[in-house]
Amino acid sequence: MWLKSICRSVLFGVPIGVTFLDTVGYVARVEGISMQPALNPESRNTDYVFLSRWAVKDYDVKRGDIISLVSPKDPNQKIIKRVVALQGDVVSTLGYRNQYVKVPEGHCWVEGDHTGHTLDSNTFGPVSLGLINAKAVCIVWPPSRWQNLETKLPDNRKPISGPY
Amino acid sequence: MPFLRILGKTCGFVGYVIQYACVTHCTFEYLGDFVMCSGPSMEPTLESNNILFTEHVTPRMQRLRRGDIVIAKSPSNPKQNICKRIVGLPGDKVRGHFPKRSQIVPRGHVWLEGDNSSNSADSRVYGPVPQGLIRSRVVCRVWPLDKITSLTEY
Repeated sequence: MWLKSICRSVLFGVPIGVTFLDTVGYVARVEGISMQPALNPESRNTDYVFLSRWAVKDYDVKRGDIISLVSPKDPNQKIIKRVVALQGDVVSTLGYRNQYVKVPEGHCWVEGDHTGHTLDSNTFGPVSLGLINAKAVCIVWPPSRWQNLETKLPDNRKPISGPY
Repeated sequence: MPFLRILGKTCGFVGYVIQYACVTHCTFEYLGDFVMCSGPSMEPTLESNNILFTEHVTPRMQRLRRGDIVIAKSPSNPKQNICKRIVGLPGDKVRGHFPKRSQIVPRGHVWLEGDNSSNSADSRVYGPVPQGLIRSRVVCRVWPLDKITSLTEY
């Protein structure tokens, strides 16, 4: 009798948990230095961030949001970057093959905050919005770093012009 | 206390609905689901309003092969899905429309083309597609009933 009840709890408990993680969000560890100084300001302490899946269910991102996305180069890897430009914007690139790029429809331009130490759109070009996995909302661990992640863009990285 | 009894029954019912909704979500998200395709791009293999059974295991394990028909999110509009055949894997040499020269499919991307090559917006127009956009692989057609066929090549 108790065996049957355990089986039943597992059979329903696991899908409920997975669905929660899929639709609401989850906590993940940030690796690497590409988002310094917003995340991982000291390389030895890694930050844990809450990634909200709910916030990107309509692929609705704003300039300055920190998002996690599937790497276009390796589908098994997830990367965390800041959205710099949305579709229709013209960005001045940092070392991409064209100096100015107009972001195509359904794409966005992502960059790490740590210019020069990050693998981002300046290497692989604009990324499709469909690759966006979640939006980073706040740092949850360690407690000394407890804070919300702001939607902000450095002035020198603002897009040159918006959609016409 | 009829009020409490009704409240208890309602809670129990809502709980059942949530349980089964979660099981359904996981099945459709991780195992397989049904997709209705529209548009002429995959004729004559698939026609408009065919219903296909697709599985999500192969794309998740990166076991896709040339010739598989896949459902992917459209690169230019993530809310729309496209149904195409994989023509090239990373490292393959393919020929596009624009720029009209052969190119090599980059790492982490695939080259998708529709079977109806004269009437299909595919990789020849928008270039290689990241593998992260691929959602599922088509296994068989289940509707219309007289055209039930397996659509895998092995």
